[in-house]
Amino acid sequence: MRQSFTIGIGGAAGQGVATPGDIFCKIFSRRGLHVNAYNAYQSIIRGGHTFLTVRTGPDPVTNMGDSMDLLVPLNQDTMDRHLRLLKAGGACLYNDQITPSTPAEGVQLCPIPVAKLADITRNKLAQNTLTMGAALSMAGIGFPALESVIVEQFRKKDQSVIDENVSVARAGYDYATQNFRPFAWPLPMTENRYAVLSGNAAMAMGGAAAGVKFYCAYPMSPSTGVLHWMADHARKAGIVVRQVEDEIGVINMAIGAAHAGVRSMCATSGGGFALMSEGLGLSAQAEIPVVVIDCQRAGPSTGVPTKTEQGDLWQMLGAAFGDYPRVIAAPLDIGDCFTLMAEIFNIVDRFQCPGIVLCDLLLAEGRLSVDPQVLNFRPHVDRGELITSNGSDTHEEYKRYLITESGVSPRVIPGVPGHTHVVSSDEHDENGVLISDEYTNATKRRAMMEKRMRKEAGIAASVPAPKLAGPADAQVTLIGWGSTDGVIDEARELLADQGISANQLQIRWLVPLHGDAIVEILKNSKHTIIVENNFSGQFARYLRSETSFVANGHIRKYDGEPFMPHHIVEAVKDQLAGKTNLSVPTHEVMV
Amino acid sequence: MATDVVIPNLMVMADLKGRVDPDWCPGCGDFGVLAAVQKALVELQIPQHEVVTVSGIGCSSNFPGFIETYGMHTLHGRSLPVASGMKLANHAMTVLVTGGDGDGFGIGCGHFVHTMRRNLDLTYIVMDNQIYGLTTGQTSPTSRIGMKTKSMPFGNVDAPVNPISLALAAGATFVARGFSGDQKHLVEILSKAIQHKGFSFIDVFSPCVTYNKDNTFQWFRPRVKKLEDNPEYDHGDWQMAMEKSTLWGDEIPIGLFFERTDVLAAHDAEPVLNAGPLVHQEMLIPEDVVKSFIHELM
Repeated sequence: MRQSFTIGIGGAAGQGVATPGDIFCKIFSRRGLHVNAYNAYQSIIRGGHTFLTVRTGPDPVTNMGDSMDLLVPLNQDTMDRHLRLLKAGGACLYNDQITPSTPAEGVQLCPIPVAKLADITRNKLAQNTLTMGAALSMAGIGFPALESVIVEQFRKKDQSVIDENVSVARAGYDYATQNFRPFAWPLPMTENRYAVLSGNAAMAMGGAAAGVKFYCAYPMSPSTGVLHWMADHARKAGIVVRQVEDEIGVINMAIGAAHAGVRSMCATSGGGFALMSEGLGLSAQAEIPVVVIDCQRAGPSTGVPTKTEQGDLWQMLGAAFGDYPRVIAAPLDIGDCFTLMAEIFNIVDRFQCPGIVLCDLLLAEGRLSVDPQVLNFRPHVDRGELITSNGSDTHEEYKRYLITESGVSPRVIPGVPGHTHVVSSDEHDENGVLISDEYTNATKRRAMMEKRMRKEAGIAASVPAPKLAGPADAQVTLIGWGSTDGVIDEARELLADQGISANQLQIRWLVPLHGDAIVEILKNSKHTIIVENNFSGQFARYLRSETSFVANGHIRKYDGEPFMPHHIVEAVKDQLAGKTNLSVPTHEVMV
Repeated sequence: MATDVVIPNLMVMADLKGRVDPDWCPGCGDFGVLAAVQKALVELQIPQHEVVTVSGIGCSSNFPGFIETYGMHTLHGRSLPVASGMKLANHAMTVLVTGGDGDGFGIGCGHFVHTMRRNLDLTYIVMDNQIYGLTTGQTSPTSRIGMKTKSMPFGNVDAPVNPISLALAAGATFVARGFSGDQKHLVEILSKAIQHKGFSFIDVFSPCVTYNKDNTFQWFRPRVKKLEDNPEYDHGDWQMAMEKSTLWGDEIPIGLFFERTDVLAAHDAEPVLNAGPLVHQEMLIPEDVVKSFIHELM
């Protein structure tokens, strides 16, 4: 079993939960430890309740885990909501002005006399800094690690501000050393060093690495982090970044830039994607490659803007009317948010069609330690058949939509002499002349449809079929897609500890699906359960529609929070015992 | 690309003739606009492969098919964002945007306002016929109150949009109005508009001979009065332009309402584009910059 240590920090929005979270992440990753951070929050700028979980350990920590070792409630509300979740061996660090209820046996209560240790009239965030110092002392981490991060964090402020924060942190550190019992497991150190980043930053960087030169967006949670990274780094990276009036403008502007010949990308969430739908059809019909990131949040409509869900799959499958080739991929973790971008750009460039990265809030806003080697800014780039210069003066008449066996017609960058043509949202002839109005011609229409749809075969051949992870003869096969990869993986480990062998089929490429290969794998499974973060089993329904495969059972969650490993473990046990074939785990952490 | 360009002869009207003849109704105002755009491009001698004509959907939006330049026939109301992306990604291209009043002031009105405030170097030509033609005659955003159409058989009840006032209010740096029935004047306006470094908007009266029986060539001809003929008129004076823009009835001004040249075009204001058109820039990010991006995360 992997060893890990989890801190939960909670308070009202505006109380400064984020900064200690960032500081803990930095200290742990610099110690060579893996980090996973998940912030459960509300759509509110001040007030409400926000709860950040930071989990760390020497082995990969792919999810928030099942338990908490240290609770840091910054207000009474957090104490009241979360104290009961601490188990024996855990500790709660809090301002002594907050009143604890009775904790479970073996839980250490650690009140800090904040008003005595710091001048709270001058430093409103003193309790955060004191508890940070105290936490690190109890976790067995030397003070210099915290000191250097504080210096960095406040580097733009006056020296006096830095000195004061260091001295407050020191006071908390020393107070804990003298008064509280350290944790039984001091946090180890390794030689590894990790980058810690959000899925949004990873997708933005992955796009930049793939050669994206144009990015535009309209702010929408939980995708806005992509815009923030792009806007922040645009000038250094040589990327034109634009905030546009709405998502309709966004997709169309991205398509305009893509047609000019640059790699072009945009990001949104379900509601914004709905507005982009018609534009996606333009990309398909005019055969202009563009990549859209959709960070799923709980819907429908405005839904729950700050909560996660895997509820957009059918919107992606059905986006824009008519039949056309499209690519849809769901990154498996935050590192994959980076890696996937270059892969999908190569495919959309080669096949001149829209590509969708189907992410979700869990990855988009979560943070993970990633090996810096994963952040490869020199990926393989394939721009497909692209004419960039006139070459010799004499060439045959250029036909933008030339009918070919592969369905791919060489694309020209506008500006090249001798290749003028019109690209069109209307159906058109090989040379771009419209055949939708008075030139309507059934033979030509059929030929153009078949030309475009032939690209699907090439796309399928460019994408690998999914592979089974874990023992082939396992008692149960867990099937998931996208962001549930890590939590299912850990649940399998926990099941193995309890004598239940489980393997896993995690789907990354949703379109093309490779249904035959999936059925070939699953026909050897003893018991199949599909795990997904939505109400209706969107993937289960999709798999059935593509392959006629029906799983034995389902584990679904649609309360806005992600799966925790024990949710899956308990549901698998229930289902193998024949108690149910549909489990909907309860999220016991009240956020 | 510009480096490959060898144009031995002057470009003539025939070079710009599209692959198919326009499918507009005989007598449609749009013929005059097409001819005027072609004349302006010939006058300015902008090589046809350095021009891209972007349109939305509607009768007038079929324009790119009828002129031999690069062209994009996009979605209803979305020509401006597509053209904006095109221009930002390759500002060496001359980008013309064409469409109708429904496309630009109805479904695309949001983009119209925002594109103007960005001052992208686009030339936006609206063939304004005060009616929906391709859908066979419904009320448009510029139809006058009381006008009877298939969608409002008892007369239009909604006040019309004033495209000129709207453009002035939104911060357009070149605002003009033309009349398809006055070729020479329209060519002059278009030629100035294309040369203007920033967003230029030309609302062109382009009568629909099939569905609009109110605003015909005959109706417009005695009413349109050229601002250029008025020695008092100063197109640098925004307030004067705003005042003139509200005139409608016996006197309808055409010509250049307003121009200012003190605002940088969007591509000139964008530091990333100082290195030249985006499409010709290096895709790879330099090694030291990559290092700094990763270092931030460690």
